[in-house]
Amino acid sequence: MKPQKSVTLEHFAIFREVRQRDRESVSTAARTVADLYQELRRLHDLPLPIEALRVAINDEFAPWEYELQEGDRVAFIAPVAGG
Amino acid sequence: MFLISKEPIPTSQLARRLEDPAAGARSIFEGRVRNRADGREVTSLTYEAYEALAVKEGNRILAEARDRFDVLHVACVHRVGHLQIGECAVWVGVAAAHREAAFGACRYIVEELKNRVPIWKKETYAQGDPVWVRAISSEPAPT
Repeated sequence: MKPQKSVTLEHFAIFREVRQRDRESVSTAARTVADLYQELRRLHDLPLPIEALRVAINDEFAPWEYELQEGDRVAFIAPVAGG
Repeated sequence: MFLISKEPIPTSQLARRLEDPAAGARSIFEGRVRNRADGREVTSLTYEAYEALAVKEGNRILAEARDRFDVLHVACVHRVGHLQIGECAVWVGVAAAHREAAFGACRYIVEELKNRVPIWKKETYAQGDPVWVRAISSEPAPT
């Protein structure tokens, strides 16, 4: 069995509404944050393809190949629309 | 200075902070809530920010503007929460010795902000459901 890691998802905007919460803890065997998103997208029918998103780890932008560490805070960033 | 504000943006007060005897030019941009979007009547907007990252990225943009343009002061404040038509959603102010740098830096900050800073806008319409702008996918999730 693959090792499981526990990470915290922080949700904003459309992800917060779809998940109906600001944050949640998940246990995952995903190696990279891209793997995690694909896993969650299938599980929860998340609205956006990975190509449309950016991702932040612990309040900083990260590449999708980032390898998840125990305790990371992960935020999926939908296309931004400030201004 | 890049700030996220839950309260109405104090535009006059911010403009005064750009005063500088060396500033021959001051360029201020105010993005305001418009009553139409893509032909639909908009009744209000809601902005939401990932504040910790938005402030970091916003301050990086201001630092880039200082590097690229010969400016004296740069500042930006973005509002979050529920806004009515006509309210100020984003304020950008630049003071410089000359107008080219003031215009250039002001525009740079606005454009980069719209592309990079994790802030999202939800439009509420006179008719139909509210929509998170730009967050529409044409394809369903894989099964």
